[in-house]
Amino acid sequence: MPGELILAFFLVRYFRKSVPETSPLKKWDKLLLQAMYVIAVLALLDLVVFKNNVIDWIAHFILLGSIGIAYLHPDFRFFRNTIIAVLPFAIVSFLTDVIGLIDTPFFRRIDNYLDIILFCTIAWMIAMFIIVNKQRKALEKERQKREIEEEQHRFIAARRAELETMVAARTSQLLEQKEELEHALHELRETQVQLIQKEKMASLGELTAGIAHEIQNPLNFVNNFSEVNKELLEEMDHEIAKGNLDEVKEIIKDIKENEIKISQHGKRADAIVKGMLQHSRLSSGKKEPTDINALADEYLRLSYHGLRAKDKSFNATFKTDFDGSIKEIEVIGQDIGRVLLNLINNAFYSVNEKKKAKDQLQEGEKYEPTVYVATKKMERKIQICVRDNGNGISQKVLDKIYQPFFTTKPAGQGTGLGLSLSYEILKAHGGELRVETREGEFAEFIMELPFT
Amino acid sequence: MDNMKILVVDDEPDMQTLFQQRFRKEIKEGIAEFAFAHSGEGALQYLQLHHHEAVLILSDINMPGMSGLELLQHIKQKYATPPPVVMMITAYGDSENYNTAMRLGADDFLTKPIDFHLLKEKLKLQVNG
Repeated sequence: MPGELILAFFLVRYFRKSVPETSPLKKWDKLLLQAMYVIAVLALLDLVVFKNNVIDWIAHFILLGSIGIAYLHPDFRFFRNTIIAVLPFAIVSFLTDVIGLIDTPFFRRIDNYLDIILFCTIAWMIAMFIIVNKQRKALEKERQKREIEEEQHRFIAARRAELETMVAARTSQLLEQKEELEHALHELRETQVQLIQKEKMASLGELTAGIAHEIQNPLNFVNNFSEVNKELLEEMDHEIAKGNLDEVKEIIKDIKENEIKISQHGKRADAIVKGMLQHSRLSSGKKEPTDINALADEYLRLSYHGLRAKDKSFNATFKTDFDGSIKEIEVIGQDIGRVLLNLINNAFYSVNEKKKAKDQLQEGEKYEPTVYVATKKMERKIQICVRDNGNGISQKVLDKIYQPFFTTKPAGQGTGLGLSLSYEILKAHGGELRVETREGEFAEFIMELPFT
Repeated sequence: MDNMKILVVDDEPDMQTLFQQRFRKEIKEGIAEFAFAHSGEGALQYLQLHHHEAVLILSDINMPGMSGLELLQHIKQKYATPPPVVMMITAYGDSENYNTAMRLGADDFLTKPIDFHLLKEKLKLQVNG
């Protein structure tokens, strides 16, 4: 009976085919192939040549042997279910032949039962095969699913790694940019300090002529009055010789008065030089009691004479209205002086521009360029107003006047920092800077400073 | 030297004291008489009141409001006969100021600080010549 051989053949073939590539069973491959050849040859012999029981027994042993090896060897653990499927048939088939060998009549009597049992084992085998196959397929599916999942995991991990590198690159880029920006900011701050100093020096340069004039004037008086006194003293000598005491007394009175004048003008020159030195220095940032009226008057004169010396055609009237009740106020004198200088220079500039334009048009109406500086004491604050009857400020310009570098002057004439610095200075004093204007008519800048 | 009437125009009030002291002798002897104005406008007002008097005018150029040059122009236009003598005095002795003053008919041009000896000489010349 070649059933066992066929079964053994397919069993071995099945083992060989279903072994995965990576399995340790791969080393069995050759052996299994040889076993297949042997079984095939035996089956052929059984069919064609011998037609006897020897091959039947060999077949039994091959089947049982291969089942035994497969069952016992750990490499074949994976096929245990297949082996359980085949085992009943192999045993029953073998027992059938054994019983047939021992007692023929007994065999005949139970032959039918044995056939039924054999049939059952075949049915078992088929059922088992189907189940195993199903399980295998399910397993395979599960495995494929896991593989896909793993693939996905690998993909995600790769993506994540990629993203992380990108993030790291971006972070370092941002850090670099941040450092660059910080550097730029630092440079800007330094430039700002330099610009402020430059602006200060520029306004000092503009002032130079005015300052020279302002110093020359008192010096002239000092020289003139001292010469007069020299003459008066000589005259006094004569009068004493003549014994004209009344005249002598008169002369002494004059000399005394002149001495006072000399001292006044000397002090005036001194104050101007000190103010100039203070203006050129970096701000000490210290508030000191300052006579606001004197400060305003000084800068008004400096500005006027500075512009006058620079532009011969320039001429304007300036009027002052100082509130004498203002005592000394705690301010950073040179900063407030700068604000005054800026505002007064602007006022003179504006009236001069308007006058030039009017002269060109040769309009009949008379225009008197006037700059008006006034101080006023109010409740807990003082006001300093700088008003001019110049061109005023248009709404479009008004929005930008406190912007750094904004200027309406021709290129190279204005730094554009005057009003923005003025605004900052007043803010730092807890005060404010306001403007009232009508285009073509007037502009009035109002500084307000609090005092305690 | 006849009695000479001199109008000094300068925005510096101390200029008045200085002139009075410098010409102390002349004033006392009645040779010179001084009047003072502190602005161009003030000078014109004075001239309107005293235009018939023979007047010598010494004017500063740099003054707030009407400048000395404008004043000079006014005087030379308005008071043609007899033209008063006008001397300009300025701290800015640049050629532009000088040329403008001369074009407008200034009789002389002096720079500050005033050399009073020179001024006295010039005044003598004006009166005698």
